[in-house]
Amino acid sequence: METYMILLVVWWVLLGVLLTGIGAMVGMDMGVGTLLRYVGRTDSERRVALNVIGPHWDGNQVWFILGGGAIFAAWPLVYATAFSGFYIVMLVLLWSMILRPLGFEYRSKLASPAWRGVWDAALFVSGLVPMVVFGAAIGNVLQGVPFHFDWRLTSFYTGSFLWLFNPFAILCGLMSVALAVYMGGSCLANGADDPIGSRARRAAIAGGLAALVIFTVAGFWVSAMEGFKLVAGPDPGVPQTPLHQQVARVPGGLLANYAAHPALWVLPALVYAGLLLGALAHAIRRPILAWWLGALAWIGVIGTVGAAMFPFIMPSSSNPSHSLTVWNSGSSLVTLTWMVGFVVIFMPIIVWYTSWAFWVMRGKVSVKHVETSDHAY
Amino acid sequence: MVNDLVVDLSRAQFAATALYHFLFVPLTLGLTVLLAVMETIYVTTGREIYKQMAQFWTRLLLINFALGVATGLTMEFQFGTNWSFYSSFVGDTFGAPLAIEGLMAFFLESTFIGLMVFGWDKMSKAQHLIVTYAVALGSNFSALWILVANSFMQHPQGAEFNPITMRMELQNFGALFFNPDAQSKFVHTVLAGYVTAAVFVCGISAWYMLKNRHLDLARRSFRIAAVFGMLGGAGVITLGDALGYVGAKVQPTKLAAMEALWTSEKAPMAFNAIAFPNQAEQKNYFTVQIPAMLSILVTHSLDGVVPAIDQLQVEAQERIRNGIPAVQAMERLSANPRDEAALAQFKAHGKDVGYGFLVLRYAPQGDLSKITDADIARAARDTIPNVAIVFWSFRIMVAFGLLMLAYLVLATLMTLSNQIERQRWFQWAAVLMVPVPFLACEFGWLVAEVGRQPWTVNEMLPTWLSASTHSVAYMVFSLSGFILLYTAFAIVEIYLMLLFIRKGPEEPGAGHAAAAGLPSAGRKLAAQ
Repeated sequence: METYMILLVVWWVLLGVLLTGIGAMVGMDMGVGTLLRYVGRTDSERRVALNVIGPHWDGNQVWFILGGGAIFAAWPLVYATAFSGFYIVMLVLLWSMILRPLGFEYRSKLASPAWRGVWDAALFVSGLVPMVVFGAAIGNVLQGVPFHFDWRLTSFYTGSFLWLFNPFAILCGLMSVALAVYMGGSCLANGADDPIGSRARRAAIAGGLAALVIFTVAGFWVSAMEGFKLVAGPDPGVPQTPLHQQVARVPGGLLANYAAHPALWVLPALVYAGLLLGALAHAIRRPILAWWLGALAWIGVIGTVGAAMFPFIMPSSSNPSHSLTVWNSGSSLVTLTWMVGFVVIFMPIIVWYTSWAFWVMRGKVSVKHVETSDHAY
Repeated sequence: MVNDLVVDLSRAQFAATALYHFLFVPLTLGLTVLLAVMETIYVTTGREIYKQMAQFWTRLLLINFALGVATGLTMEFQFGTNWSFYSSFVGDTFGAPLAIEGLMAFFLESTFIGLMVFGWDKMSKAQHLIVTYAVALGSNFSALWILVANSFMQHPQGAEFNPITMRMELQNFGALFFNPDAQSKFVHTVLAGYVTAAVFVCGISAWYMLKNRHLDLARRSFRIAAVFGMLGGAGVITLGDALGYVGAKVQPTKLAAMEALWTSEKAPMAFNAIAFPNQAEQKNYFTVQIPAMLSILVTHSLDGVVPAIDQLQVEAQERIRNGIPAVQAMERLSANPRDEAALAQFKAHGKDVGYGFLVLRYAPQGDLSKITDADIARAARDTIPNVAIVFWSFRIMVAFGLLMLAYLVLATLMTLSNQIERQRWFQWAAVLMVPVPFLACEFGWLVAEVGRQPWTVNEMLPTWLSASTHSVAYMVFSLSGFILLYTAFAIVEIYLMLLFIRKGPEEPGAGHAAAAGLPSAGRKLAAQ
């Protein structure tokens, strides 16, 4: 029971790591897509921007795929309930996202400006839209989502599709776009020659400061929102389903964990520290440092949300007692143990070869390079 | 309850997106390995032509790979979006290989393919070769783990159903991984990918020979691919046979459907080479039979018996009757997990709980106590997949497989005796063969997955119960969206593929500087 409880918490932390990975790595490429038309005024300049992430976007995207797979494996009930409940939004995410590999691979294969214009638009959409959805999904989960289960645990989503675009969710979507612009801008500031690099730097600073403002507004909003509280149910660490607990809605409940454990305030502080120091790092032309500070801010954002919600992962607004928590929606002990094993073995290897790939492809991409290279996008 | 139309539309969407995805996967599986072979020759012999070959085929690989990646994203999320109950029911077991696929295969493949394309000038030859091998290894690993997951659906081994948490929970990871179905299916599928790539490379090389272009590249590519494909093809058929052997034990209904075997017979059993099955009347209209062949093929002996559909339905009825109290016990456990009597009842009947779910579809208001004998008979008929589709898909797959093996043996003989460049008819044949492996792969998918019906997890979870509870409008919207997008993608993909095949490899020294030129410069093409 103890072991199972610890494993569930470990996987809850790993869920946060995955979401942070998606935010930092996929978000960076999405930011480049969003900024494509701004940083690149000519076709060659846009190609420079694409070639900075050209060797890496595919590997980075695996964070997103792994996000799906790992939630499936470790939090099956969350995967089942969230993905089916957010159906139309998930489709919008998918359809915009699957334009991206084609955008990268196909865009520069033909020289026709119309062709390239279409793919530039596709890359913009596939950069902007998924980040809006990513943020909005987190915003919706924070507020609670209207769903319930029948006796077999078949989930029923009872909200409308439009409800998923409520003002708070949109605000969170904008937050995630602003952070993507920050990460993408930082990446281009490091990897692209001027003038693309300096435009990207300005965009990154603006994105970071916008994210700070939105984060602050969202923080006040959250403090006034209703949270959820586990009133009764099986003990943590006992295998269970969401059918046997009682959950109450509590005004201001999303700050309850912070009130109980003031040390948690370090998480939102990370967001401020990361983004303010990040803007400073950009001012003194240290884009790599700025990128890492942005990653720190992502840790802060995901951590802030996680700490506010714990032990809830996806509360139900229509039937709070069916809410998904860390204790009732994780996989079994055997699965979680095996999966920890695979993560412990493979994550360091992945980090190692990903770093090597970035190191091999280090250096700036210039207009001259993309116009003469055999292997550029 | 569950809306039948929603289930059908969800199935149509899954089949359409999976079949579409599977057009791109086999080529990637094989072509990455072929590239590794070509580059190995380049690095060991130092001859530039092999580098040129590797780079040319990489360009075609990438056009294909982009769509493989794009459509793969759909697959990773579709379980959750459209098969919500399936996902919570098996995620504990099925999700693990999917997540491991991400960790072990996708990261490897996707990180290194970037270096493989962009890193020619940034690494030593040996380093680049290692990168190419990593890509090939990554794509093959991904096939391994997805087939481990798929085999769990065909033969759920290594997990046990827990009536308290209402899902299949992993008990033995080794049993999941070493599922005999997974092992033979992995080799069968991967080798089918190698054959696909071989036929693709041979076909395009033969086209260059017909056009008298890039002869050196075409000749060498043809030779490597023909030998590679012939070895692969022999393996595909051997493992396909092994798969039938394994499948006969764990999925007898699939096998009976593959052979259109409606009524029980004594050994040695005849093989239906041709049959026109009628599902409603449960008989074949017309058959061409080969005596004793079925026993030989399936059981590898003369006195082996293959169970027929009539007998399987009788067994299914028994299991449905046994499964009903299991589901009733589950419902009580859902209300009170400490109900010892219900737990005991579940333990007594739990092995057939899937059959209980199957008949739940016909229970008025979900009340299983109102099930009649007619409902049970109906549910038992449901256990038989669509015989005509499975029967014919299987035969087309096998016919194409044998045709390709014959072609690849001939191709190998011709290329080794330097005949290939003189035989124009054979060059045309090679071009015409290109679609065949892709079709064979699609039919193979149909045999495996239509043959698995009516289950998503064989004998545990019926398909009708697995689907998400969407409205018909949602499903029409999503299915239309996929059809529109995927059709547009297919047009673009085929257009680019043909364009870049026509364009051919870059001749050494031709340079690339003009490639970025715009149409005003009179150039239509920009190489990558």
